[in-house]
Amino acid sequence: MVTVFVIVFLASVLQPFLPWYIIAVIAFIAGYFIKQSPLSAFSAAFIAIFMLWVSYAFVLSHANNDLLARKVATLIPMHGHVSLLLIFTGVVGGLVSGFAALSGRFAAAL
Amino acid sequence: MPKILPVKYFKFILSAFVTALLIVAFNSQLILPLAFARFLNPYQGFWQNAENTKTWKDDEAKIPGLKEEVKVYFDERLVPHVFAKNDQDLYFMQGYITAKYRLWQMEIQTHNAAGRISEIIGEKTIDVDRMQRRIGLGYGAETAQAYIAKDPESKKLIDAYCDGVNAYIKTLKPKDYPVEYKLLGYAPEAWTPLKVALLLKNMANMLSVFEYDIENTNFVAKYGEANFRELYPDFIADEDPIIPKGTPWNVTAGDNTDHSQAQANAGGIIKNELFANALEKPDEITGSNNWAVSGSKTKSGKPILCNDPHLHLALPSIWYEMQLVSPYMNVYGATLPGSPAVIIGFNDSISWGVTNGGRDVRDWYKVKFKDASRDEYEYNGQWVKSEKRVERYKVKGKPDVLDTVVYTRFGIVVFDQHFGTADSKKNLAMRWTAHLPSNEFKTFYQLNCGKNYDDYINALKNYTCPAQNFVFASRSGDIAIKQQGRFPLRDKATEQGKFVSNGITDKDEWKGFIPTEDNPTVKNPERGFVSSANQHPTDSTYPYYYPGLGVYENYRNRRINKLLTAAQNIDADFMKKMQTDNYNLLASEALPVLLSLLDQANLNEKEKKIVDELSKWDYYNNAGEVSPVYFEIWWNELRKLLWDEMADKNVPMKQPNFYVTVEFLKHDITSQFYDNLSTPDKRETRADIVLMAFKRIEDTLRKKEFVEVNEPYDTDENYKKDDLKAHDWGSYKDTKISHLAMLDPFSSMHVYSGGNIGIINATNTTNGPSWRMIVDEGAMKAYVVYPGGESGNPGSAYYDNMVGNWAKGQYYEANFIKRGEDLGAKKLFVSTFKP
Repeated sequence: MVTVFVIVFLASVLQPFLPWYIIAVIAFIAGYFIKQSPLSAFSAAFIAIFMLWVSYAFVLSHANNDLLARKVATLIPMHGHVSLLLIFTGVVGGLVSGFAALSGRFAAAL
Repeated sequence: MPKILPVKYFKFILSAFVTALLIVAFNSQLILPLAFARFLNPYQGFWQNAENTKTWKDDEAKIPGLKEEVKVYFDERLVPHVFAKNDQDLYFMQGYITAKYRLWQMEIQTHNAAGRISEIIGEKTIDVDRMQRRIGLGYGAETAQAYIAKDPESKKLIDAYCDGVNAYIKTLKPKDYPVEYKLLGYAPEAWTPLKVALLLKNMANMLSVFEYDIENTNFVAKYGEANFRELYPDFIADEDPIIPKGTPWNVTAGDNTDHSQAQANAGGIIKNELFANALEKPDEITGSNNWAVSGSKTKSGKPILCNDPHLHLALPSIWYEMQLVSPYMNVYGATLPGSPAVIIGFNDSISWGVTNGGRDVRDWYKVKFKDASRDEYEYNGQWVKSEKRVERYKVKGKPDVLDTVVYTRFGIVVFDQHFGTADSKKNLAMRWTAHLPSNEFKTFYQLNCGKNYDDYINALKNYTCPAQNFVFASRSGDIAIKQQGRFPLRDKATEQGKFVSNGITDKDEWKGFIPTEDNPTVKNPERGFVSSANQHPTDSTYPYYYPGLGVYENYRNRRINKLLTAAQNIDADFMKKMQTDNYNLLASEALPVLLSLLDQANLNEKEKKIVDELSKWDYYNNAGEVSPVYFEIWWNELRKLLWDEMADKNVPMKQPNFYVTVEFLKHDITSQFYDNLSTPDKRETRADIVLMAFKRIEDTLRKKEFVEVNEPYDTDENYKKDDLKAHDWGSYKDTKISHLAMLDPFSSMHVYSGGNIGIINATNTTNGPSWRMIVDEGAMKAYVVYPGGESGNPGSAYYDNMVGNWAKGQYYEANFIKRGEDLGAKKLFVSTFKP
């Protein structure tokens, strides 16, 4: 999906330099300009950030043998399950991205 | 009728609102307990702190602020070996590297000392902060810093250290911040010379606990002089002081106290009043050990020096191991993150170490103000003006809090109607030698460069607070020990300093200080060794009065001296065994007494078995034994029952020490103290409480939850204890090395080891040897270990990698390299820094 590609591309280029909520701006713009149903906008934006964040986090953690992630997955009570922590990471980012894209879609319809 | 908004506007507003709400909720702690997106996003959040050692390789960097090139070699434990071409660059780099690995720790510890924790945590910690400022940690640091700035050499080097720390901080972007900053939601601050002073005062505070003025006054007021003398004697029968009995005193001035004037002091010692507030103190100190053995007793014919300071066990570790090399010095040892120089260590000529001296360096005075304004107080029959200092506390999420603190010539008023229990109108001022101008940094700098005994003695002259026993050994063959600090001259007849005093006249004040040359010291004694383990520095013949009081150690010192007296042909292996010795001298003296007093007539099967085990015990607190558990519970419960009179929360008093307790049980057949206050109808006897305490052993073990070790992040696989439901000593003691912010996943839990308070291996649940060092001057080798790791990053493999070996009593050989030498296979990587 175009939306997924656009958001993943822009986020991966901009996120290293900007605070994380730049994803909201990116998703809003994508939602505004790319014609699709509101549900499609939300899902695509959600999936885009979910995939981006989970895969990058996975790569970083794997290189560390999950040493830190296991500790954080106990601090945030998840019984040390790194996979749960990864999913949670993706959901948190995905929700923001999804609702931003949805707002963009509704703004375009005004 | 107003027009209703079309649905499409409603959809936009609602979705935009939810988006904004999520951003706020996930980016702050206003709605949720953690800023989840800020913390969890992989680009800036904690995932960036997951250390990837595969990327480690030799590197180069340009650092403005350096004068010349510096090379830093990192060895197999990530210990940095810094090679600089001048002293300024050396300390600059010490700051830089320490900040690279321990930045958060440095800052949180100085925030703690400065009473600024509430800025980060919130209003929960306001009273903790207020206490820190009221005891004058900040004031003492400011005084010290101003004084140090007058010494050009010290100022130059401390400034260089700060510049180094700040140079590192400048390289940081938010994604590079240590994980605790991300968790708590703040950013690192610039480092300043004041923070160096705060750090040193923080240490002084941890080690100055040995005053019980308020507790003693309370006890005497409630139970009288006779009981006081018995329970808190100045000296015990088995006294084994640091300076061996019979050593002649070469004092310059002698005792300056004027005994004829003793009763003429108009203020006077207070023995008939109760005070509701006192500083919190640990139940029994864990202290530290050090000793040095001369060539006459070693295999090599040259001295061996050992030191293991005992502190609260924390992560990141309180010590940071380093080697510092410049054309003027080559020094190795333990540093304190936040302060330049090596604090405990060795160079190519000498070695040194410290234990806490335990001298009383804090005195309490009851101040008499003219009125509620506290603008003036009584002094020599007149009203003199007090000074007021308004402390401002920034509180996270709340408005600033103000606290006005009054300063008098008798010290800072710690407890008053605004701080302490509500009904305490008594203004208690505390005078503390840490408030005096001092330059402790210079002492350590001069030790770092020192070449011989004279340099060591000269270096100690600057050292003020608190009392520390500096042990010394030189490659050329000298050993020595000196208790150093600035100690007030006190009036012996009135035992000034042992109780709360009225702060009304000049006669109540300190009369000056003991000259530094007269502090207790000995060099190359006949017995062939020097040692200290927080015991009495001297016997009763020392020409200056100091409140002795029974806070001193009575067990580790005797065990150490016995072992060293008997030993010959000592080598480093012997010292390793000695530093990790688990022999429980207290148990060997107390248990026979307890067993003889135990009424064994009506014991059940389990209890008979416990008695049987205890009777067979060899008095070693080894991790795998069960008898230490039984003894520990029995002994602790008995003390609770015996000394319940001192557990009054409204009237702080100190429990008599272990030695006095054993003697009391042996000789006092009847006493009011055997009575248990919680049973007003019954008057318990000695045998009653011994039996009651014994019965609690089984009960305690049944209730205690033993935890299965299955944490995924145990670092030493071989050292996991599979079934902690066995009630052995290691499991019961359950040593824990806590993260500084009390986060369990970042702590090292269930560390299985032996030892205890009163044992050379002084490891209990929370405290223990924070650094172990053995310096073999003959072989020019040193063996070290500490319960932690060089990296302060919980995501690093080097965060707690040494805990396992420390718990097993094993050591690492220090890589003490010379300029030009290579670490070879032990090298992880080399960093080159250019100006």
